[in-house]
Amino acid sequence: MPVLVKDANKCVGCLVCMFSCGRAHLAVGLESSCIKVRSQGGISRGFSVFVCRGCEDPPCARACPENALVVRKGGGVLLREDFCTGCGHCVKACILDAIGWNNNKNKPVICIQCGECAKNCHYKVLEHRKT
Amino acid sequence: MIKEDTLKKILYIDLSKKKFWVEEREDLFSQFIGGTGVAIKLLQENCDAQVDPLSPDNPIIFAVGPLNGVFPIASKTVAMFKSPHTGNLGESHAGGRSAIALRMAGYGAIVIKGKSLKPLYISIHGDNVYFRDATTLWGLEEGVSTGALIRRQETGAGLRTIMRIGPAGEKKITYASVTLETYRHFGRLGLGAVFGSKNLKAIVVSGKRDLKVRDFKRYREYYLNLLKQLAESDKMKKYHELGTPANVMPLSLSRGIPIKNLSTDFTEGIENISGETFAEKHLGRRIACSHCPVACIHLAALRKPYEDEPYFYRTVYLSYDYELIYALGTMLGVTKAEGVLRLIEAVEEMGLDAISTGVILAWVTEAFEKGIINEKMTEGIIPQWGNVEAYSEIIKKIVFSKGEFFEDLGKGLDYVSSKYGGKDFSLTYGRNEMPGYHTGYGAHIGYLFGARHSHLDSAGYAIDKEAMIKPIDEKEYAEKIFNEECWRQILSSLVICFFGREIYTPSVVSECLSLLDYNLNEEALMDIGRRIYQEKYRFKIQCGFDMENIQLPKRIFETPSSLGNLNEDFARKIVTNLKEKIQSLL
Repeated sequence: MPVLVKDANKCVGCLVCMFSCGRAHLAVGLESSCIKVRSQGGISRGFSVFVCRGCEDPPCARACPENALVVRKGGGVLLREDFCTGCGHCVKACILDAIGWNNNKNKPVICIQCGECAKNCHYKVLEHRKT
Repeated sequence: MIKEDTLKKILYIDLSKKKFWVEEREDLFSQFIGGTGVAIKLLQENCDAQVDPLSPDNPIIFAVGPLNGVFPIASKTVAMFKSPHTGNLGESHAGGRSAIALRMAGYGAIVIKGKSLKPLYISIHGDNVYFRDATTLWGLEEGVSTGALIRRQETGAGLRTIMRIGPAGEKKITYASVTLETYRHFGRLGLGAVFGSKNLKAIVVSGKRDLKVRDFKRYREYYLNLLKQLAESDKMKKYHELGTPANVMPLSLSRGIPIKNLSTDFTEGIENISGETFAEKHLGRRIACSHCPVACIHLAALRKPYEDEPYFYRTVYLSYDYELIYALGTMLGVTKAEGVLRLIEAVEEMGLDAISTGVILAWVTEAFEKGIINEKMTEGIIPQWGNVEAYSEIIKKIVFSKGEFFEDLGKGLDYVSSKYGGKDFSLTYGRNEMPGYHTGYGAHIGYLFGARHSHLDSAGYAIDKEAMIKPIDEKEYAEKIFNEECWRQILSSLVICFFGREIYTPSVVSECLSLLDYNLNEEALMDIGRRIYQEKYRFKIQCGFDMENIQLPKRIFETPSSLGNLNEDFARKIVTNLKEKIQSLL
């Protein structure tokens, strides 16, 4: 059940999705958020949104040397934190730049495909598609 | 407050010694909450009231509050300093990415002292603070942007604020602003000049962290409820749709929008610069401050041809607001949206405060008409209502001309009208130029006595609106102005954007704070609000602010307002009542 970026042109850069992602990871703030919003080289040009599209054959899982990322039924991956050594290969493997990094734990923040970001986006930039 | 919260950390930066250190001040944040409350205490601690505002001893203080990064629309940073424009308390608020960046970097406040020998910019990424050379950024001409250059050099994309000054700040024009994220500003009271006096070109702040709340489940429910209200409530509708320019037409109908230096209550063609027209013809994009779903920032796309080359155009995006349409539109008799946008661009390029600049230009026009100033002084420019070309040139000359008259204009309207005459139509309050509401007694008396001489101190126009329906007597007027300003100290200590004030009522604020382990009921909040107002006023008086010797501009009694012709006697009665209330605090 991936989240799709439907129309980044409508993104106002409010970062409400990033805070929603943090809450979905049971946190308050941005350290535990994996979705990212950045301006396209200055705010007048608008924003880009980087979010996990729930690949069926995810390169991040293939890049993990410790089998800490398990391919999830319906797309995306699950993180087995106790297997993860924090090497960061998964982050490099994701061409969408959709994996976050928690500096306190030194481990990746992986999308849990919950759709909270899309649900809280007032401008319908994101869509949570049920597959 | 929550024990582990990093809000209590204050980052001190000494530009003279290129040193930085952190102090933990739980005492300040538990007594004064954050934002404006903590900032005024830090100003008292770090700034002698007698200090020259452009000397190294004037500190720059930025503060955020407990709700930033935790609840939506808590999106503002408070800046405090001694104002080079008024010689008095300087306080300015801005959003953009600043508040979230500061909170996420792990600080509740930053105090910047001293002066660098050479131009520099500071970059703060979490615990790391760097002093970076900015000699190349100083004196940059149009076409190369400080923001773009710093963006390329620094990390933290998406999570950072870049506060910077333009030429006006470098030249220490007393109403120079600080721009952040291209479209937001610490606009009023000359923070830009204080940056310039310290050889400080810019500040970058970024960070990322998780914060703690007392009861996560309850927090999540409460958060979602507030988010829903902010996104869907009718109370927020005007900010969503047309933005603040929604007020242009209603205020013009009620005669509340000042026209041509408030010399008349009517102008042709005001509908051409209404919120509706801007939206229909120019609105190109809407953006938001970090952690605010409202997206009130409206960017107009202005397509400009190159005069010397056919088939070449550039499109610039400019943010417009009610205040800018007033100051650079109606006030100057400019009633074409393109004209207003071109003046906004000129002001942005220089890094000036738009309101002060517009009011000064309006006075210049009238003073020229009356023969108080002449063509020789203006270096050949003839200021005329509606003449966008002439105004653009004057804006540049305020910053760059070495002529005596333009150098004087760079010190503000109070200075100029004291020197050249024309005080009767000089629209200043405590040396600060007038905001865009000629709605009645509440607005004007609010500007005169507000701690910042701003329309945001007590929103007097809202009280005037009530008075339009049901008359308010002098006692009640004073009380409403006073109480609103006290309550606003709390909102700006949290720091909530005032646009969210109808959602963040005292009971909501109390509830939000309880989730952060602040045990403050509504009464306790009002007490703290009064206390903060008191501390600000104490500082003002130490700086020489004299309540007995300030006056309302004569002009406001000559042109009808939303409440009709204003009566001087009645205004004086309200002032007497308000003074008593403020005195009782001191």
